[in-house]
Amino acid sequence: MTTVEKAPPVSQREVGLLRRPRATTGFASWLTTVDHKKIGILYVCTALVFFVLGGVEALLIRLQLFGPNGTVLTAGQYNQMFTMHGTTMVFLVGMPIAIGLGNYFVPLQIGARDVAFPRINMFGYWVVLLGGIFMYSSFFLGGAPDGGWFGYTPLTSAPLDSGFLPGRGPDFWTMGLILLGVGSTTSAINFIVTCINMRCPGMSLLRMPVFTWMMLVIAFLTLFAIPPVTVALTMVFFDRNFGTLFFDPAAGGDPLLYQHLFWIFGHPEVYILILPGMGIVSETLPVFSRKPLFGYAIVVFSGIAIGFLGWGVWAHHMFVTGLGPVAISAFGLATMLIAIPTGVKIFNWLGTVWGGSVRLTTSMLFSLGFIAMFTIGGLSGVMHSVVPADTQQTDTYFVVAHFHYVLFGGLILALFAGFYYWYPKVFGRMLDERMGKLNFWTMFIGFNLTFAPMHFLGLWGQPRRTYRYDEGLGWETLNQLVTVGSFIIAFSVLVFIVNAVVSKSRGQVAGDDPWDGRTLEWSISSPPPEYNFAEVPEVHSRDDFWHRKYTEDDEGRLVPLPSGGAEAHAAAGHDGHGIHLPSPSYFPLVTALGLPILGYAAVFQNVWIALLGAVVLLYGIYAWAIEPAD
Amino acid sequence: MAIIEQTDLTPAPPSPPEPGHDHGGHGGPGPSAALTNPKLAMWLFLASDCLFFGAFISAYLLYRGREQDGPTPRELFDIPFTSATSFILLMSSLGMVLALAAIQRGDHRRFRLWIMATALFGATFVAGQIFEFTEFSRKGLSLDTNLFGSSFFVLTGFHGAHVCMGILWLLSLWGMSTQGRLGPEKAESVEIAGLYWHFVDVVWIVIFTVIYLMPQPGT
Repeated sequence: MTTVEKAPPVSQREVGLLRRPRATTGFASWLTTVDHKKIGILYVCTALVFFVLGGVEALLIRLQLFGPNGTVLTAGQYNQMFTMHGTTMVFLVGMPIAIGLGNYFVPLQIGARDVAFPRINMFGYWVVLLGGIFMYSSFFLGGAPDGGWFGYTPLTSAPLDSGFLPGRGPDFWTMGLILLGVGSTTSAINFIVTCINMRCPGMSLLRMPVFTWMMLVIAFLTLFAIPPVTVALTMVFFDRNFGTLFFDPAAGGDPLLYQHLFWIFGHPEVYILILPGMGIVSETLPVFSRKPLFGYAIVVFSGIAIGFLGWGVWAHHMFVTGLGPVAISAFGLATMLIAIPTGVKIFNWLGTVWGGSVRLTTSMLFSLGFIAMFTIGGLSGVMHSVVPADTQQTDTYFVVAHFHYVLFGGLILALFAGFYYWYPKVFGRMLDERMGKLNFWTMFIGFNLTFAPMHFLGLWGQPRRTYRYDEGLGWETLNQLVTVGSFIIAFSVLVFIVNAVVSKSRGQVAGDDPWDGRTLEWSISSPPPEYNFAEVPEVHSRDDFWHRKYTEDDEGRLVPLPSGGAEAHAAAGHDGHGIHLPSPSYFPLVTALGLPILGYAAVFQNVWIALLGAVVLLYGIYAWAIEPAD
Repeated sequence: MAIIEQTDLTPAPPSPPEPGHDHGGHGGPGPSAALTNPKLAMWLFLASDCLFFGAFISAYLLYRGREQDGPTPRELFDIPFTSATSFILLMSSLGMVLALAAIQRGDHRRFRLWIMATALFGATFVAGQIFEFTEFSRKGLSLDTNLFGSSFFVLTGFHGAHVCMGILWLLSLWGMSTQGRLGPEKAESVEIAGLYWHFVDVVWIVIFTVIYLMPQPGT
């Protein structure tokens, strides 16, 4: 990639059939933008739409289970709901929101003007959006996926004409996940190269903000976790459609191979989901306690340790499959080990808040909620590492309670902390704090009402993934409570959406640095200019922006530096003229369009659609390659 | 980003800022730009692809000797033939190296010669693979015959698809060179294609060893 020193003449800028787009505002600009900030907004908004869809699926599940022998859904519909709920929340909500926030804030936090590959960045977004639409289109094209978000073989891999899982749902599922994997892999590569090559002068690795660090760790996890699951899904697709025998026990195939490949992906995936949340609270807690993060290096290395250990624990999802005592002991021990770096982080966060001047903003409430709820989820996780206990809990609601405490109580609360923290930077206006508090308390109470009783239901024997239960098992009251709780969560999400929409035009104007922040994103205007930094900053310490604002007197008290001191506003008056930014492009969209077309071709096994998809894909790739990078 | 012409992995010397022109948002060598962005990206992709092949190879190893009926590897393999096509594929890497050396010297005639030779060697390998597949199929092995058929065809098939992608890439570079679109500053894009090509070759060494050279179960 080279810098074009002078803008080439217009005639050279026309590539293929499409003229190089120039709009920077309006609808077209969102289709062709390569600005990491716009792409970040697109990711988060798209993921929130899928969050609502996945939430509706959850509500339908809860309505069905409100009382014994529910009649809201048929068994088949229920299977579709829990499959799509899990798949949506993991692949279309958790990952895209983290990638979206990372997209927006990683370059700002490391003092870069853009990511390493702006067009690949946009391509990754389009793949996620189109992959999501592809998977949801299955509802109208013969039934949604219904084999669970884990898609265990041989159920999912039995040949299409065998009568197990009839319909195209599982094929949409395998192809959809392979598509989303392409998007995740490109995003991961982009994040890694950005974090390694694009840091501003002085931004050594151990000065990077923790959120950026965690995005770097999950980028590596994504890079290596996606291929095994791609292979597993490919094998399932071939088994179902082309008669291969990978998972057919009758022919000597081993369904457990699928579980191994899936969980070698699946467990790192859990950390891909939770580490960004840990990164977010490691940003918010210091800011709202007015103290530096307690033990920065330990927090970073614990995150890395979790990333490494995450590769050695996958079989704890398979304790009841008969792996043998040696294997389950080893995996049980490795699973307990993960509690160490996780516990270390929890104490670091507590140490950060301890003795600080705490401001209980909505973002801080969500962050504190995260610590408490995630700790509960972590503790029930350690319970699962005890194999005999896990054997009792497997496939009961206890497991559902556990991972919702980790992924909702952990990830979702942290993401909301991030929304309230960064919204002023993105839109220049504050989210309303009163609605915010309502949002937090309804979500916190609704969440606990929904998921705490599930621990007991699970221990009392209620199985997962079962569409109804009989009367008289003693599960009625708690199931009603759970359903009520889930609707309180839905109300809370509605409050947030109203808050986000209303505050965008009516919120209090934020200013550049509403929270008295510590990291570089608060040193520029809100919303940031297209080029981010008029002058590329040079940092001299961790929390550099904080040290530009404050110094300490002899007794360690904070003393504000006079405004304009140090090198503040060195760039004042710079209008960004002459900063060369990459031009927008259609081709990420065109290239990404080719992929779902190929997906439809695979699902319906139609050569003509495949040909069309290949033509679109190749056209996109060639035009992209010929188009100048900037 | 400054135009970086050296091909080794040593850090590029910092380029002096151009007066009156601010650096672009992307590609500026950061504190540790030992590898340029595109090259680092390709290395990362290849690392990821290692696990893709690794998973298929694991499946193949797991299922070795488990076929219940239909032809077995021992009845089908023609090891001298496959060794010959494998040798041709490995030799194509030499062509790739010579092509890169030529484009770095700005010698487009030699570059086109070697890049075309590399592509043709690759195509010969693919032709050999197609011949082998048809032979096996004639002798009664297909995807759904037994586990050997499933794991063999899918593993070698995906490798063949990788080679085909590579051939398309090399031919595209050849075409760009004929149109004069491959200036000296694009030498790096040839190098990146080379990384991919060598990777596909190295993976074949592993696959060839695992499938053909390791003693077959029961021997």
